[in-house]
Amino acid sequence: MAEFLLPAQKPLITGNKTPADVTRDICHALEGRPTPLWWGGFLVALALLLLGALAVSYEVATGIGTWGVNRTVGWAVGITSFVFWIGIGHAGTLISAILFLLRQRWRTSVNRSAEAMTIFAVMCAGIFPVIHLGRPWMAYWLFPYPNTRGPLWVNFRSPLVWDAFAVGTYFTISLVFWYLGLIPDLATVRDRLRGGFRHRLASVMSLGWNGSFRTWHRYESVYLMLAGLATPLVLSVHTIVSWDFATGVIPGWHATIFPPYFVAGAIFSGVAMVLTLVLVARKTMRLENYITLRHIDVMCKLLLLTSGIVAIAYATEFFTALYSTNPYEEFAFMNRAFGPFGWAYGIMVGCNVLTPQLLWFRKVRSNLWLVFPVSILVNVGMWFERFVIIVTSLHRDFLPSSWTSYRPTPIEIAMLLGSFGLFFTLFLLFCRFLPVIAMAEVKGVLHVGHQAQVPGSERHPAQRPLEQLQTAAVRTGEGGLA
Amino acid sequence: MSRRVVVGVFDDEANLLGVTQEARAEGLKILDVYTPYAVHGLDAAMGLRASRLPWVCFLAAITGAALKLWFEFWTTMVDWPLNIGGKPWNSLPAFVPVTFEVMVLSAGLTTVFTFLVLARLRPGKRPAMLFPGVTDDRFVLMLEESDAQFDLVRVRRLFEKFGVVAVEERIEEAGCPGEL
Repeated sequence: MAEFLLPAQKPLITGNKTPADVTRDICHALEGRPTPLWWGGFLVALALLLLGALAVSYEVATGIGTWGVNRTVGWAVGITSFVFWIGIGHAGTLISAILFLLRQRWRTSVNRSAEAMTIFAVMCAGIFPVIHLGRPWMAYWLFPYPNTRGPLWVNFRSPLVWDAFAVGTYFTISLVFWYLGLIPDLATVRDRLRGGFRHRLASVMSLGWNGSFRTWHRYESVYLMLAGLATPLVLSVHTIVSWDFATGVIPGWHATIFPPYFVAGAIFSGVAMVLTLVLVARKTMRLENYITLRHIDVMCKLLLLTSGIVAIAYATEFFTALYSTNPYEEFAFMNRAFGPFGWAYGIMVGCNVLTPQLLWFRKVRSNLWLVFPVSILVNVGMWFERFVIIVTSLHRDFLPSSWTSYRPTPIEIAMLLGSFGLFFTLFLLFCRFLPVIAMAEVKGVLHVGHQAQVPGSERHPAQRPLEQLQTAAVRTGEGGLA
Repeated sequence: MSRRVVVGVFDDEANLLGVTQEARAEGLKILDVYTPYAVHGLDAAMGLRASRLPWVCFLAAITGAALKLWFEFWTTMVDWPLNIGGKPWNSLPAFVPVTFEVMVLSAGLTTVFTFLVLARLRPGKRPAMLFPGVTDDRFVLMLEESDAQFDLVRVRRLFEKFGVVAVEERIEEAGCPGEL
């Protein structure tokens, strides 16, 4: 019961760390030589990236005919992977911006890696629509610019144009938000390291940060505003992605439920990817005191919640189709679940709705050997969700004479694997060159759940007069009874 | 212009908050405080005003959205109107998503850029470090020796009450820490 009443009193960071310990522990990963495990992972990721690069080069040189798409199924693995990667990115923004506004202080341990994940995922996502253009060197036609053809402007009523703006803005703002958070930590790295590439990198990139509180004061204000901007932005991005489908007249796509359904699915898949990454990072980089079982526990609960929302969306979609009495709608959904791609629908429901139910049990949530496979299965399931939405809606359309099937070619599979290669190559490089945990933020939550322990201090911030702490909480949007 | 400053180094957030509050209550001039992280409540202790950057953000958002909306109307209604599926020239609801995205982009980039300019942060700038360790675990309070009334002994006693680690007197040149 006490635990229920005083959740904030449990330590966020274990092991009685001091600020100096935080600097040492986090910078340690940047200073030593990479472990054989890192090299192994990096080489595998690089090999996949190379495979993907070859596949993309071949596709660009030859044409879209190298894919399994046809006249009926015009979108398949390419667009599935685009929606999948954009969705992965959304959890990073959830953790960095939405949980910041909700004053969830546990986010400090995972926000840096989650934001990095967002940026790399959006990079992977951006590749797919561009190569799907067939003539990717003309991708700039998506943006309005003065040209000699009139000038002929883009059609601002088209969701595909909205998408270009949404993804572009999302990538830019995520990158700026991530970099802003990195500046104080880069200054720490700069002051700690003596010479070497990382020191030079940190010296240039830390912009001359010297810890002045007048700067910190403005910085906090900017951080809060960016969080406030990123929150509606992330909701808008997957809403717009869902409009790519929902504004079409295809049964199975043309549904008003799509925006919330897509946003929930995006956060669901993203949290699963964050879990996958932090479980590996905490083990291989010895960050058990920073990413504790409590962090894993809350993320599992988040996964369970979003799984529930996704399950309701699946059920609602089905119900609406049957209730509409529209034969095309009814057929699309019966075909989706029981047609030739019923196996994909089965994977989707099994991985996204059934598997996460295991997380109701505390025993499962605290057993990382179970959490890890669950997070992987959710990733698989969410990829198949997009595949089901796209391919099953298209392959049997209005005219039975144009019905067909779809089978991905090795080129498409290689491109999908290549996107994973790009993602993990970038993520592993990030782990080697930048602090994976936001040191300056973690230092600020060290006292949570600890009594005053630093020798020489009479009073601890947690025991300071409430009104003073509240001033800070109102200003920064953090603190309070997080 | 040079000036004399007194610098106190502390090793704990609570002590720093305490000494800052008392220094301000005693009427000492606090030039700046250097901390490894954003200490909650320190802005109140130093008596800093709320930042005016939200206004920059707001104005940039309004400007960006207005310009984009104008541009969408201009391209689709004035410069080269194209009949696309019989949709009206004035398709305001369809213009909202891009307007929103441009609003967010303009507000975010302008705010961050203004912050960097105001805080005088730029790539490759040599940091004016007051004390090594302020980016690690040290907290530094910098007071100005403003006039003849300034009593170093009293200040030293105040610092010692809060477990000061080191006290230094320095002469600062213009443009050094504390100028911001």
